[in-house]
Amino acid sequence: MTTFTPPPVLEKKNDPPVPPPPLSGSEVAESAAKRLSRPWATAAALIIAVLWTIPTFGLLVSSFRPEKLTKTTGWWTFFSNPTVTLDNYRAVLTTEGSSGLGKYVINSFIIVIPSVVIPLVLATLAAYAFAWVKFPGRNVLFIAVFALQIVPIQVTLLPLLKLYVKGDLVGFPAIWISHSIFALPLAIFLLHNFMREIPAELIEAARVDGAGHVKILTAVLLPLLKPAIAAFGIFQFLWVWNDLLVALVFAGGGSDVAPITKGLADLSGTRDSAWHLLSAGALVAIIVPVVVFLSLQRYFVRGLLAGGLKG
Amino acid sequence: MTTLEKLTSMAGALLLFGAVMGLILYIAGRFGERRAGKPVAFLFLLPTALLVAVGLVYPALRTIYQSFFDAGGTSFVGLDNFATIFTSSDELTVLRNTVLWVVVTPFIATAVGLLYAILVDGARMEAFAKALIFLPMAISFVGASIIWKFIYAYRPDQANVKQIGVLNQIVVWLGGTPVNWLVGSPLNTLLLIVILIWIQAGFAMTILSAAIKAIPGDIVEAARLDGVTTLGMFRFVTLPSIRPAVVVVLTTIGIATLKVFDIVRTVTGGSFNTSVVAYEFYSQTFSSSNQGLGSALAVLLFVLVIPIVAYNIRQMRATEAR
Repeated sequence: MTTFTPPPVLEKKNDPPVPPPPLSGSEVAESAAKRLSRPWATAAALIIAVLWTIPTFGLLVSSFRPEKLTKTTGWWTFFSNPTVTLDNYRAVLTTEGSSGLGKYVINSFIIVIPSVVIPLVLATLAAYAFAWVKFPGRNVLFIAVFALQIVPIQVTLLPLLKLYVKGDLVGFPAIWISHSIFALPLAIFLLHNFMREIPAELIEAARVDGAGHVKILTAVLLPLLKPAIAAFGIFQFLWVWNDLLVALVFAGGGSDVAPITKGLADLSGTRDSAWHLLSAGALVAIIVPVVVFLSLQRYFVRGLLAGGLKG
Repeated sequence: MTTLEKLTSMAGALLLFGAVMGLILYIAGRFGERRAGKPVAFLFLLPTALLVAVGLVYPALRTIYQSFFDAGGTSFVGLDNFATIFTSSDELTVLRNTVLWVVVTPFIATAVGLLYAILVDGARMEAFAKALIFLPMAISFVGASIIWKFIYAYRPDQANVKQIGVLNQIVVWLGGTPVNWLVGSPLNTLLLIVILIWIQAGFAMTILSAAIKAIPGDIVEAARLDGVTTLGMFRFVTLPSIRPAVVVVLTTIGIATLKVFDIVRTVTGGSFNTSVVAYEFYSQTFSSSNQGLGSALAVLLFVLVIPIVAYNIRQMRATEAR
């Protein structure tokens, strides 16, 4: 009882960086192997990180180089001949006619705001109904909505386009409605998962206090749902901002309602060798989602995990 | 339209939407009692049900119907469109490419994501290291395509002509002749696949990294005490523990890959034998005005996605049941 040696497991857990002094042979070998493999692991991680960063970095550098240099030399020569200009951005944003990307950026904002708000509100209501309102056929309906995620957008485009034309619905409204429709199954599914995690006692307590469904949803659940709503909002924002297919089909040929992705795709098609414009244009298109993404990354990752792992 | 007009129409649309939602909430609020389930559910689900019925269910059925008709959509041709997909040499190339995309992309993107997640797990600046790989996810497929088109850029091999694409420059530095990468099939398809892998690896890494962190510490500790090597640890502890997450990642990327369209359109426009089903659908329907064949391709896409999703649902069920 006088000498007390703590069990090795505990010691390891409490104090991982300092190995216990008396090491057995195999443990010595293991920690040696670990020390050896660490540099390799770091090197491999570095290689991947560089491979993943260089493409965007090269474009970033190019976008600030003068036209002539961009067309005749590689961007890596920038480091031996660092000439910087904003001409590319000026050209790509202000050029008159359809090639100026400025108005496409505005279109993208006009498209993206209702396309995020509408499905979020609708999905919140629907998810609440599926999660906390008892009604006959609830499970069957929920599975049906879930299964609709299978439908590829491609399948819906042509009939939907014909419906819009018949209903004289063109331009922005057609795009807003389409994006909202396509977002609903996943949005309902994700929000439903979050809502089910809220303890039933909380809702029961509100009910006892005499709150109806609307009161429970707006006063009790909504504040708790903020992270989930943020997560899906970012999801949908990135999706709509980065979409090309829906824009191509429903924005028609005109540059009046087309988003930045279409402007950029057109630029890429018609000015294939104008790398000074393409690189600046691409960065104009990239900057908004990247800023949104980086500033709200935490929520976004949480949303990914809720959708990907919970099931 | 001026910017002001656009903003006005957006504000108008949002106001209209807000008014409808307000009305729904107001009516639903009148049912205060506990037994108000049915009317409230009806009101809450009505807008969604309408949109989904008109925008997903009807179009899907309509497209399936349309796939049995000819190019103009007027005369019934039975399974001819599907026969075309599986016999015409152009369409067979499209199928071959699609198979290549779906077989290669999910596995490599997942492998890279997993490797990176393991390598940076617990490292210093882990969050920053992860952001580097994760960032391409925020970039549109069109933007990513332009980024990579630049890497693949080719200048004819003449005196005084310098390469501006990194890949060809590396070839030149190594003493080779520059290659017009995007012209030769099937190499060009693989180079397009690289773009999607670049985008999706971050997604794989995020999910798998979370799964790795969720492995109970005592399992790892027990294995370590048993003297399991690093590789053994991966093989017998890490991999089995994160299997469900790996399945989710593989299937999610697989489905996204089936629908890939923007990359092919932006980089090659489907020429040089690089088309895939999702792009071919678009070009047949909207450029070649062959509605029948376009619809059949969309249906094929649908059919290809079903088993992947079904498998995914079964996996989820199995995970939940444990």
